[in-house]
Amino acid sequence: MNPLIETKGLKKYFDVCGCKLHAVDQVDLTIEKGKTLGVVGESGCGKTTLGRTILGLTPATSGQVLYAGRDITNCTPRELKALRSEMQIIFQDPYSSINPRHRIGNIIGEPMRVNGIEKNAKRRKEKVLKLMAQVGLEKSLYDKYPHELDGGRRQRIGVARALSVEPKFIVCDEPVSALDVSIQAQILNLLMDLQEERGLTYLFITHDLSVVKHISDEIAVMYLGKCVERASSERLFEHPMHPYTKALLSAIPIPNAEARTIKTEVIKGELVSPIDPKPGCRFAARCPHAGALCTQGEVSLRELEPGHFVSCTLYTESEVLGASGIFGMSAMI
Amino acid sequence: MGQLLNIKDLEVVYQTKNIVVEAVNGINLSLGKKETLGLVGETGAGKTTMALSILKILPERTGKVIGGSIDFDGLPILDLNETEMRAIRGARISMIFQDPMTSLNPTLTVGEQVEEGIILHDTEYKTKVEVKSRVDEILELVGIEPSRKKCYPHEFSGGMKQRVVIAMALACSPEVLIADEPTTALDVTIQAQVLSMMDDLKEKLGMSMLLITHDLGVVAKICDYVAVMYAGEIIEYGTFEDFFINHKHHPYTKGLFGSIPNIRDRSKRLNPIEGLMPDPTNLPMGCKFHPRCKQCMEICKVKPPQIYVNGTHRVKCHLFEKQEVE
Repeated sequence: MNPLIETKGLKKYFDVCGCKLHAVDQVDLTIEKGKTLGVVGESGCGKTTLGRTILGLTPATSGQVLYAGRDITNCTPRELKALRSEMQIIFQDPYSSINPRHRIGNIIGEPMRVNGIEKNAKRRKEKVLKLMAQVGLEKSLYDKYPHELDGGRRQRIGVARALSVEPKFIVCDEPVSALDVSIQAQILNLLMDLQEERGLTYLFITHDLSVVKHISDEIAVMYLGKCVERASSERLFEHPMHPYTKALLSAIPIPNAEARTIKTEVIKGELVSPIDPKPGCRFAARCPHAGALCTQGEVSLRELEPGHFVSCTLYTESEVLGASGIFGMSAMI
Repeated sequence: MGQLLNIKDLEVVYQTKNIVVEAVNGINLSLGKKETLGLVGETGAGKTTMALSILKILPERTGKVIGGSIDFDGLPILDLNETEMRAIRGARISMIFQDPMTSLNPTLTVGEQVEEGIILHDTEYKTKVEVKSRVDEILELVGIEPSRKKCYPHEFSGGMKQRVVIAMALACSPEVLIADEPTTALDVTIQAQVLSMMDDLKEKLGMSMLLITHDLGVVAKICDYVAVMYAGEIIEYGTFEDFFINHKHHPYTKGLFGSIPNIRDRSKRLNPIEGLMPDPTNLPMGCKFHPRCKQCMEICKVKPPQIYVNGTHRVKCHLFEKQEVE
């Protein structure tokens, strides 16, 4: 056990017209060094805010973020700047996250310059060219502008820029959702190669469960600011427990012949407002199994099997204790 | 033939002073009554251009159809004038656009927007009362409370807006519905809702559908026929079974299947297609896919492949030459 990133009861509320918008609510996560945690959820569930709060791009309302055992939630701007070269982010939209008035070489080299990692311009250029080769960008692009490139190449610039300061931890905020499928697969493979080479740790944010399966070791499913289920990637796909995770999994259209015969379990309704949410399970309004227990009090995340955390009243305490084996669990569903 | 819509050798270009973009290069497609055809391809393959030329709404100054014909229920669409076309658009062929956020008018209520088509076209709903009840009926059909028709688009979520757009398209009971990436902008659970609704409606209303998408999963869910487009050409066409049960595919289609992260699949790595879509102002010689193809042969670089037919399955690739001989 060697967690690089740990959050404890992390909360981020925004003030909206005198009310509180619960973007991230009591999230506990740990990411082991060199591993990938996938965060999945629909738009508006707070996954991007979670990534930004962990990086300190928005201050947390309460709770803690630990980086290599050190609390970084309340560090000074000077300390935060030093941390920037350890933690980086790759943004969702490769069209708007790159300055259109800078040349590619300059964009990739800038973090090295501002963080004082390589002050010598000539050596910086060498390093940038090396990085560009690593992420699969041709040398000739060094003096080009972003508008001359397509989405896939721009996203590679985003990756190279994040890597330029040799970070240990990278938040990938939907890095492939703006790309075509064939390009998407290229970028995912690139990210996995880089992780193997450099031992990077990723927080991989996405709305696409099928993408996250390939890249993650562990997956956290978020719904309206709360983490509703967390398990290893294999376990989650094999044996999802929370009704929302099940609905998400069954909603993915699968490109094969059997897919047509399986009836999709369509969950009704849409995300309710995250502003001053009612107590209880946030998913209760859409849940086909919702009962009285769900809306009475907070439903907390409990470890139902080793490493598999679920927040759902369907699985009661006594059953959990009784169901030490997997058989007991599946019988309940 | 019972075909409703026939497209023959369609060629479309976008022209500006200096460059010519060859967007659609000789497409043959047909759509029968009550059939659903899925048109699959990546950005820039020419899917939307084709849809726009069916409705004759290509950008006026730049987009030009330079060859081929489109035949809709005996009517030569490309030869019709604007007045005749207006009678078809929205009434007999209608379209759902990709982005529900931008295809609604923010200054009109949802009810007014659905109503507009019914009033403009010569439908059976003449009086105000009839129109109103039709609006209620159609909104209910797509799962929106009729009481919400006085709301403006900004009061709806993305999924609900897409339902409004679908309601607008269905208001005049069209024979053909062209849906251009109807679920791309939506979340998965909402996508599942909209897809299952469209599938039901198609059955209920007995219309034909041309579904444009880049997602093979969506195609597997609701299409009877599939056409794969690459660089303005249809490189593979077949029935649902040809695509999802048979395993003989065009190398590009194989690449598409390989690129999709499959939740059933245990392998850790994806097999993407290397390289990028060709520049449509400067398409490669021979087969347009050859620079990216793993099975590229000498002949592919010089001679464009012909279409090899095997039953209902048509593939445009030199690799299939032998199959036809058999």
